Amino acid sequence: MNILCAGLNHQNTPIEVREKFAVGQHELAETLDAVRTIDGLSGAVILSTCNRVEFYASSICPVRTIDGLRDLMRERTGIDAPLYIHDTTRSVQHLFRVASGLDSMVIGETEILGQVKKAYSSAAELGATTRHLNKLFQHAFRVAKHVRTETQITRGSTSVGSVAVDLAGKIFGDLSGKRVMILGAGETSERTARSLVSRGVKTVIVSNRTFDRAAKLAEEIGGLAIHFDHWQNAFSDIDILICSTAAPHAIVRHDQLAPMMKARPGRPLFIIDLAVPRDVEAAVNKLDGVFLYDIDSLEGIVRQSIETRRSEVIRCEQMIGHHVRSFVNWLRHHHEISRL
Amino acid sequence: MDRILLIGAILSLVCSLGYTLFALGAGNFRPGRFNVVAILVAFALMSAFLYLRGKLEGSCPLNSLFDVLIFQSWSFLLIYLVVGTAYRLSLLGAFTAPLAFLMMVVALVGPLDQTPRARATNAWIETHAALSIVAYGALGLAAVAGIMYLLQERLLKAHKVSSLLYNLPPITDLAAAIVRLLWLGIVLLTISFAAGMLSQMAVNQMKYTASLAIWGLYAFILVLHKFGFAPPRRLALFTVGGFVLVLLSLPGIQYLSSRP
Repeated sequence: MNILCAGLNHQNTPIEVREKFAVGQHELAETLDAVRTIDGLSGAVILSTCNRVEFYASSICPVRTIDGLRDLMRERTGIDAPLYIHDTTRSVQHLFRVASGLDSMVIGETEILGQVKKAYSSAAELGATTRHLNKLFQHAFRVAKHVRTETQITRGSTSVGSVAVDLAGKIFGDLSGKRVMILGAGETSERTARSLVSRGVKTVIVSNRTFDRAAKLAEEIGGLAIHFDHWQNAFSDIDILICSTAAPHAIVRHDQLAPMMKARPGRPLFIIDLAVPRDVEAAVNKLDGVFLYDIDSLEGIVRQSIETRRSEVIRCEQMIGHHVRSFVNWLRHHHEISRL
Repeated sequence: MDRILLIGAILSLVCSLGYTLFALGAGNFRPGRFNVVAILVAFALMSAFLYLRGKLEGSCPLNSLFDVLIFQSWSFLLIYLVVGTAYRLSLLGAFTAPLAFLMMVVALVGPLDQTPRARATNAWIETHAALSIVAYGALGLAAVAGIMYLLQERLLKAHKVSSLLYNLPPITDLAAAIVRLLWLGIVLLTISFAAGMLSQMAVNQMKYTASLAIWGLYAFILVLHKFGFAPPRRLALFTVGGFVLVLLSLPGIQYLSSRP
């Protein structure tokens, strides 16, 4: 029995081509049915995400299966699919790498594991998997868990928004019930606010020099808009402040903030200053209970996280190599593997 | 036999400490079961030691500075196992182990009389002594949480993102843990004082004053916090400073305890 992987991903195929081959959830059953009619193929799992479309199959005749898969793809899209094709060992290695986030655009991202799990469970529910594929995917989930717990491949955050969420978590713990104020409705501040909202932040107050823009953003993220002249009135009640105004000078100053902080003892304030020139005086960070991060410090943390993840890749590959050998040995002991 | 139990407990704490230092050095620190298991083993061995020692002395084993140091280390571990796990402050264990280790090493290696001393038992006196030590255990753990708070706050202020920052609990949780441990400590200390009064034992005036001063100090810290004069950072500093004072005064109080 052979395990095959054929597919295309963000590394070898542009999105204009990938989107033609994408298999949506609504057409999964139909596509799997069609795939299962291919000669020699006994079972299949289709993994279709924004970055990849991959077919994992168990087959007794790999050459005929690959040809059948190519024909099927051509029929569906009208073009020849620029597929990469892996033999058993490389297919196993590829799946383990994909599940562990090593093949992702952002190394170590964890969303892919959920997508692999969903692809597998959908195929299993439709009766499209075989004993070998079941074993392979269960092993892949174990590998992903092993790699993530034993290395730092998922360590840190890789976007300004997620760094802000991580830091907020290290200051406040649970973010539910926390209040955020956005000063200046910029794109990054909006993304950051959305990240915080996704983690349970209770209220978002938006203040912008143009009130209409503030009102629009507030409506989009389910917040509250206030006039720019009144932002200081709402300040005493907030936990996180995101600044990104186009002001040429600091609008949050040390002398202004010090009495405000005294009026709220024991309640920290996390300030994310995304503006250039900066909206918040650097000296504010010296105030008790204030944690100020500007765009440089946030981007520095992002760079550090990416570097940490990259440095862990070799360790991850070694661990995966060990698991691949173990799985292929199991397959060899039970069934003969033919070469492509 | 009892010495072997103590050495076993020390080795367990060394394992916990070594693991923490190694993992921190490798930049891959993740508080987990290892620290908890090592501390559980140390706690079990120390409990066995205290049981044997209690049988030898015919009373709660708090009859010498040696006994007090061992009992104090045991109470740190006890409070950690109860509070640390309840509030998911697993990293507290990594910080508790060195403190307990240090006290046990001082007890074993220091110039202390380790001879068991039999003493006539009095339930109120024993309750007073044991609760005092457990109360100091809670106050000690509050100081440990204070150190963790100051460390995490420093990392956050300096934008130093490391494995330590990711694994230390959020500062808000640490601040809450400090307050809860201080309350636990002061309540136990108050009950212990009440038991001391009920025992009608003869107390050295200096010891009485020193003990009352410690109680007053912690009560003052809590009052300051309650009325907003001790925000978390100051509270952490006061808690650490207060416990350093307690540690420094412990040998003196123990000495005075042996004199009417």
